[in-house]
Amino acid sequence: MDEMTTTMEQTLATAADPDAETERAGIEIRDLYKIFGPDAKHHIAAVKAGMSKDELNRKHRHVLGLQNINLTMPGGKITVIMGLSGSGKSTLIRHINGLIEPTVGEVLYGGDDVCRMSQTELRRFRRLKTAMVFQRFALLPHRTVLENTRYGLDIQGIPHSKSEPTAKHWIERVGLKGYARHYPAQLSGGMQQRVGLARALANDADILLMDEAFSALDPLIRMDMQAILLELQEELHKTIVFITHDLDEALRLGDKIAILRDGALEQVGTGQDIVLGPANEYVASFVRDVNRGRVIRAATIARARKPGEALPEMTVQGYLVLEKVARRMTNASATSAHVVGRNGKSLGVIDLPTLLGAIVTPVTADTDS
Amino acid sequence: MATTCWGLPEVICTFPAIDTTTMRETRRAIDTGFRGLVREWSDVIDATTAPLQTFLNVLERSFVGAPWVVVLAVLLLVVWAASRSWKTVLGAALAMIGIGWVGLWADTMVTLAMVTVCTVFAVALGLPVGILTARSDRVQSIVNPVLDVMQTLPSFVYLIPVVVIFGIGKVPGMIAVVIYAVPPMIRLTNLGIRLVDPEVTEAADAFGSSARQKLLNVQLPLALPTIMTGVNQTIMMSLAMVVVASMVGVGGLGRNVLQAINNQFFTIGFLNGFALVAIAIIFDRTSQAFGKRLQKHREAGHG
Ligand SMILES: Nc1ncnc2c1ncn2[C@@H]1O[C@H](COP(=O)(O)OP(=O)(O)OP(=O)(O)O)[C@@H](O)[C@H]1O
Ligand SMILES: [Mg+2]
Repeated sequence: MDEMTTTMEQTLATAADPDAETERAGIEIRDLYKIFGPDAKHHIAAVKAGMSKDELNRKHRHVLGLQNINLTMPGGKITVIMGLSGSGKSTLIRHINGLIEPTVGEVLYGGDDVCRMSQTELRRFRRLKTAMVFQRFALLPHRTVLENTRYGLDIQGIPHSKSEPTAKHWIERVGLKGYARHYPAQLSGGMQQRVGLARALANDADILLMDEAFSALDPLIRMDMQAILLELQEELHKTIVFITHDLDEALRLGDKIAILRDGALEQVGTGQDIVLGPANEYVASFVRDVNRGRVIRAATIARARKPGEALPEMTVQGYLVLEKVARRMTNASATSAHVVGRNGKSLGVIDLPTLLGAIVTPVTADTDS
Repeated sequence: MATTCWGLPEVICTFPAIDTTTMRETRRAIDTGFRGLVREWSDVIDATTAPLQTFLNVLERSFVGAPWVVVLAVLLLVVWAASRSWKTVLGAALAMIGIGWVGLWADTMVTLAMVTVCTVFAVALGLPVGILTARSDRVQSIVNPVLDVMQTLPSFVYLIPVVVIFGIGKVPGMIAVVIYAVPPMIRLTNLGIRLVDPEVTEAADAFGSSARQKLLNVQLPLALPTIMTGVNQTIMMSLAMVVVASMVGVGGLGRNVLQAINNQFFTIGFLNGFALVAIAIIFDRTSQAFGKRLQKHREAGHG
């Protein structure tokens, strides 16, 4: 167990930043509260003193949207915000591009407080720094795929001669080559959301906000879209904020996951942190049925080599999830493998029995019962 | 008395009206006061209505004065451009030829000119007001009750203030028609904009649209089907009111109908009525087909 935690700490350092540092600025949310209602500011003190969402609604007819949010969304990474319906996910993501103003608190991006920007500054910020993908696509029905894709560029006043090649490029990148002249109504839901994604990417903004972007799609298409997003992110390294109420999606996409409940953050960490060490009963109930093989990384369960034990021939990367390690080991008919970090440093070894054990039984005793 | 009044006292039987002398005095005072006011402002009123008068005259003259072949060709071209349907064009051609054949061409041209001008004005007035109404709930709470009253007023009642202020003639008629025809335009523009999918307007905001960009790129195009319904209704109401406005001196088919009613000229009334119905149908079909054609992109399937 002790050994476990030490290796885990080691891992987090490596697994949390799989790639070279990017210079994108992160987003920092500080002491943010949002109360919906005509007299919101008035009730802040009560909420800070611990009044619950229910009580606020019952006594004062105000809705507590968000409370005491402190969250860093690292630049160039995917931060997933997870929570049940009504937990405040959409409210939170809309604070980042100023579609909603906080009752109190700050949203910092590169040293600027989004909440303090003037209308003009905010418009400029939205045009150049952010792009958004919507749950129900929000495409313009009277514009073709191409015209939809260059929408953000049109808004910026970029001439068509310049915006069309960009738009075409992104239409191809999301796999819609040949559909540029179609109207949204002629496309399936999955294809429409690809247009939504292309429109957001064409903007070349640092921040990509995705509010349940894949929730309206059926499972197979959804997996496709997740794959596309991950593939694009490999090279783009945007600062992505992704909202979902689906844990599997969160674990697949999230470099960092934040769990919201009734407007408050319950836990923030990597997928592995959350699955292996749920902070409370609520989070635990979320992660109970999760497929561990897809979450836990090789580095987490790598153990130190026993004295005299030979170094296995097979090498696996520490950031790989166990499912992938298992597949590779089975394919290579190996019973054990050498786990290395990004920098090639040895992290220990992994063998099939440990691997299987980690996939099927809870690694920490109280997660599963 | 008791037999008609169940033996009740007089006050309950006959309505206690103001006595005739007081009534007469009051009426006279108000009327002279008002007339004086109008007379005092008559220069201003004339100055404002003069350009309208000229505009109307020019348009009417060009409609009536142009050779009928040219007018017919232009009309059919417009119908074709809007509807893209040979059937509608053919129907319009037959109707217009029939109208000309029974000798109502000139009167029809007068009515057409009037309806065209009134519709243009009503749309030009209704669209911006509708947009403002959609932008602010406060404006809506003022505009809607006004529209409610306007739409419950019988069309004859519109003529009273117009005639008192502007007198009799084409321009007062036109003002009455525009006021009568503008409510559906305002209402449906407002409704159309308010019904635009909030997620799409949010997308426009999220990409940093200015209010103007949002209006032109998103709100108006998405509200267009509803707005076109408004235009269609405005045209229909203009046509209806142009007929009524013949009472205050608007010429054309409406005046013939009015004369036919007054003198019981059966055939003339019948023919003019038919001519009105025919243009109404042409207007309606054409504007509806145009509205539908704007919606082509909403159809699913590959095209
Ligand atoms: N404009 C508003 N006025 C009043 N209450 C609001 C408003 N917007 C959101 N809320 C409330 O704030 C809470 C959080 O809403 P939010 O839309 O952020 O939830 P969500 O997590 O995105 O849910 P979902 O998964 O259903 O989209 C809810 O209780 C909601 O009723
Ligand atoms: Mg939501």
